[in-house]
Amino acid sequence: MSAPHFLVHEHTDNVAVAVQEGISAGQKVTLWVMDTDETLEMTVLDAIPLGHKLALKDLAAGDTVIKYDHDVGRIVAPVKKGGHVHTHNMKTKRW
Amino acid sequence: MNASNLSFMGYRRQNGRVGIRNHVVILPVDDISNAAAEAVANNIAGTLAIPHAYGRLQFGADLDLHFRTLIGTGRNPNVAAVVVIGIEPKWTQRVVDGIASTGKPVEGFYIETYGDLKTIERASRVAAQLVKDATELQREKCSINELWVSTKCGESDTTTGLGSCPTVGNFIDKLDPLGITSCFGETSELTGAEEVCASRAASDEARAKFMATWNAYNDMINRHKTNDLSESQPTAGNIAGGLTTIEEKAFGNLQKIGKKTRFIDVLTPAEEPQKGPGLYFMDTSSAAAECVTLQAAGGFVVHLFPTGQGNVIGNPIEPVIKITANPRTVRTMPEHIDVDVSGLLRREMTVEEAGDRLIELTLRVCNGRMTCAEALKHREYSLTRLYQSA
Repeated sequence: MSAPHFLVHEHTDNVAVAVQEGISAGQKVTLWVMDTDETLEMTVLDAIPLGHKLALKDLAAGDTVIKYDHDVGRIVAPVKKGGHVHTHNMKTKRW
Repeated sequence: MNASNLSFMGYRRQNGRVGIRNHVVILPVDDISNAAAEAVANNIAGTLAIPHAYGRLQFGADLDLHFRTLIGTGRNPNVAAVVVIGIEPKWTQRVVDGIASTGKPVEGFYIETYGDLKTIERASRVAAQLVKDATELQREKCSINELWVSTKCGESDTTTGLGSCPTVGNFIDKLDPLGITSCFGETSELTGAEEVCASRAASDEARAKFMATWNAYNDMINRHKTNDLSESQPTAGNIAGGLTTIEEKAFGNLQKIGKKTRFIDVLTPAEEPQKGPGLYFMDTSSAAAECVTLQAAGGFVVHLFPTGQGNVIGNPIEPVIKITANPRTVRTMPEHIDVDVSGLLRREMTVEEAGDRLIELTLRVCNGRMTCAEALKHREYSLTRLYQSA
């Protein structure tokens, strides 16, 4: 099997993690969903650095980000499916 | 891997505990005794000074932690013998007595009424004798259930939760049933995953103790914070690596305790476990050197350290094994990486295989193989302070 561009911890997650360097805007990428062993394909809207997150669906301000099948924070600025999710549009619910 | 007959070659100490290194430590009680301790280590081959920044005018729980950490460092079975040097006799003797109950050789020296030069000469003569005796000790075959393992991750990124932490978790899940004693910590870094962590307690008592410990730490953070802790927890390095929130970091961190192992007790910082084999949670800072220093003082002899962006930490007495799944860190910082599990991200290896690889490398380190951090002379010894000195 070829190396995926993104990994998804759980099929219930709404973000994926870039596991290759140099993923660029408009690139068609493969995603491996680890718990179900499914492979998905999609097109990314933004450049996503290694280790950074990709929205798997449209997310609105106030939405909860799900990763590891758990709440890992909130969206504070809308992001489209295929967009970059990080400190510019996501914050902690703690502290 | 046939896990049932795993063994390693270790040093059996007077109290029955097993070490994987054979250090003769020159241990200052306080900051102002560092110069003498370092001079002794400079005089005598095979000795190791452990300088540090504190030890004067501390009081209460903070002073207790100072003593517990120093004494625990000396008691650690990776240490064959100790020379303790302090400014005055009383606290010096307190550290000597705490170490001596293990049965290992330990002698104390105080500087007042002698001065540095006479103290250095007297301590050097004793250190020479201790190191000659220690170098004659032989390794012997030890069973896997005599191994004490600690873990903590650092400069984490999202690859840590995907690869290196699950590798440690697989190690713990495979070796916990064989009777190892293990320890995780990083109280603040479980924030967001604290309920999930609490559900992994083996008893209601351990669960309640964990939640009380986590709540106290979280209250401390809320008392002192001036913002959302961004760039402190998660760190700027974590954020560069793609981690956005403490919750996200916490779930990655928690992968280190595997999928099924339960923790049997909660330890105060630097406390030695008393409930036999099993997994323990220790209340610690999430800063790498502080956490490993406390775990080493608790008696753990080998440390598993997953990293993403590339933390370079070591410890003077407890070998630190670095594991990473980040392909860029493997490429740019190879001298710091003991176990490369980046194949997990390319689907070239499974977590089962990664866990086996870590077990195999860990046993080689236990047999004497130096870690990257040892080869690079990383000896970070960072004492945790609970509040200001008097």
